[in-house]
Amino acid sequence: MDVDFGPLGLTFKLALVTVAVLLVLSTPLAWWLAHTRSRLKPVIEAAVAMPLVLPPTVLGFYLLVLMGPNGSIGAWWVTLTGDTLTFSFSGLVIASVIYSLPFVVQPLQGAFEAVGRRPIEAAWTLGASKLDAFFSVASPMAGRGYLTAAVLGFAHTLGEFGVVLLVGGNIPGVTKVVSIAIYEHVETLNYEAAHMLSAGLLGFSFAVLVVVYAVNRRFPVHAG
Amino acid sequence: MSRLSAQCRVAFPGFALDVDLDVPLSGITAVFGASGSGKSTLLRAVAGLETQSRGHVRIDDVVWQDDAKGVFLPPHRRGVGYVFQDSRLFPHLTVERNLRYGFKRHAPETRYVDIDRVIEVMDMLPLLHRRPASLSGGEIQRVAIARAVLANPRLLLMDEPLASLDARRKHGILPFIERLRDDLGIPVVYVSHAMEEIIRLADTLVLLSEGKVAATGGVEELTGRLDLHPLTGRHEAGAVIAAVTGERDEMFDLTELRFGDNRLLVAGLDVPVGQPLRARIRARDVALSLEKPEGTSILNLFAGTVVEIREDKGPQVDVLLDIGVPLIARITRKSCSDLDLAPGKPIHAMVKAVAVDRHSMGRHGGPRG
Repeated sequence: MDVDFGPLGLTFKLALVTVAVLLVLSTPLAWWLAHTRSRLKPVIEAAVAMPLVLPPTVLGFYLLVLMGPNGSIGAWWVTLTGDTLTFSFSGLVIASVIYSLPFVVQPLQGAFEAVGRRPIEAAWTLGASKLDAFFSVASPMAGRGYLTAAVLGFAHTLGEFGVVLLVGGNIPGVTKVVSIAIYEHVETLNYEAAHMLSAGLLGFSFAVLVVVYAVNRRFPVHAG
Repeated sequence: MSRLSAQCRVAFPGFALDVDLDVPLSGITAVFGASGSGKSTLLRAVAGLETQSRGHVRIDDVVWQDDAKGVFLPPHRRGVGYVFQDSRLFPHLTVERNLRYGFKRHAPETRYVDIDRVIEVMDMLPLLHRRPASLSGGEIQRVAIARAVLANPRLLLMDEPLASLDARRKHGILPFIERLRDDLGIPVVYVSHAMEEIIRLADTLVLLSEGKVAATGGVEELTGRLDLHPLTGRHEAGAVIAAVTGERDEMFDLTELRFGDNRLLVAGLDVPVGQPLRARIRARDVALSLEKPEGTSILNLFAGTVVEIREDKGPQVDVLLDIGVPLIARITRKSCSDLDLAPGKPIHAMVKAVAVDRHSMGRHGGPRG
C-alpha cells in the first residue's frame, strides 16, 4: 500500500507556524482587551470572536476574495512578492491565523484579566517599567493562559477544513493538509489510506494533548 | 529635613479627593481617616498610580508631578516604596526573588539600603526559599514591607499594611516598622484607620475627612483638640501624652511615667528607665473633682485648669484640661453643670492607673520629645 504522509507533516508545520504567529499577534491584542476602558472594546471583541460563529466556508470565501490576485490584500501581496497569496502556504498561514484567532486571544485575555492590575502596579513601584513589568510579572503569572492558548490554537488549526480548502485548494506539498488528503481519499474510496492518515492524526494529537496536560499539572497554580 | 508637598484632585463617581498637603518627612507621617475619606487615593496619587489625579507632587525640589508644567513621572521612576494593604507579592517568585525584584532594578550607586541588613532587621532569613503561597498572613506582610524597603525608596508609602491581620500578628509586625524608622531612617507615610497604630508609630498626623485635609500636626497636638474628636474617633477619644519611663515598683508591679513635673503610675512595663513612651488616656477614664480628693483608690491625680468645654448632642460633654499637658475628660452634662465648670476654673483630674492602654505605648522616636 502506498500512503503519502506528506500532508501530515505539512499540517503540523502549518499549525506550528500559525500558533507562533498567533501568540505574537494576540499578546498585545489580548492585553489591550483585558485592560482597556475604550468604547471600542465590544466591537473588537466581536470581530475577534467572528470565526467562532461563521461557517468556515463563509470565512474561506471572503478570505479567497480578499487574498485573490484581484483582492486588496492579494494584489498588494503580488506587488510585494510577485506571488499570489491564494493556493500558497503563506496564504494558508494567514487564513489559519484569522480562523484560529479567538482560540488564542480569548484564553490570553482571560489570563491577563485574572492577573489584573494589582501585581503590575506593585512591579511599577518596585522600579519596573511597563514593558519590564509585563515580561517579569504579568506574562509568567499568565503562564497557564499561554499554554491553553497554544494548545487550542494548535488543535484548532490541525482540524480546519473549509477555510483551507477554499483558500489553499489541494496542491500536494504546498497546501494539501491532512484533512483535505483524508477527504480526497474518502472521495476516491481509498478507505485504507484515509484510515492511515486519520489514525496518524488521532494518535499524534492525543499524544500532544497528554504531554501538554501532564506539563500543565506540574505548572504551579498562581492565585491572583 | 525634607518635605512632601502634594496637591491632588481626583473625582470618581460619588467621591472626590481635593487635598493640599505640605508635611515634613521625618520618621512616620500618619494619614488617618474613616474608610472612604480618600487615604488610599491620596497615597496612590503620590506614587503616580492614580493617573487621573491633577495637581502636583514634590519631594523638596524633586518634581514627580506638576500638571501646570506637564510633568508626570511614571511610578517606576519616582523612587517610592509602596506597601499595599493586600501585599501583592509575586506568586511565581520565591521570597528571595520577590525581595530582589526591586533591589536589582536600582543601580548600585543609587542604593542606600543594604540587602543583608534588611533581611536581618525584618527576620527574612528563614523565609527566603519559600513561595508566597506557603506564608502566613503576618509573614506575607513582612515580606511585602522588606521588598518595598529594598527598592531603595526616597519615601516609603504604606497603605494600611496591618489592616488584614489579627491583633496578635499586628503586634508582631509593629516592632519591624519601628525598626525601619529607627534603624534605616526611611521617611514613611503611613495610612491607617487604627488610632493605636498611629499613636505608637507616628510623629506627624494628617487627618483626612471626606476627601479633604481636616488638620495636620503633631500626634499629641491633634489628639488633644476637642474639635477634632469626631474625626479621631469619638468613642475612643482621649489625650495622648508623651512621657519617659521612670522607676518600676516591683512590689506593687507599677511603672512610673514622667511628663513635665507630673508622673503617672501604670501597670508594670518591661522597658528600661528613660524610655520615651506615649500614653493614651481615654476621656471616659478621667473623672473630675473641684477639691483635691482624699482617701481615694485612684493613684493618678492631677491638678490643672479647665481650658475648653465642648458639648455635643447627648448627655455627655468633653472637657479639655491643662495639667501641664492637655488632658481630656468626658463627664455628664449634669456634672458639668453641678460643678459649674468654665474655662479657667481650677480642677483636679483623676485617672485610673489601669485605664492607661498599655498597647498604645510605643517608642516615641520623633523630634517632639
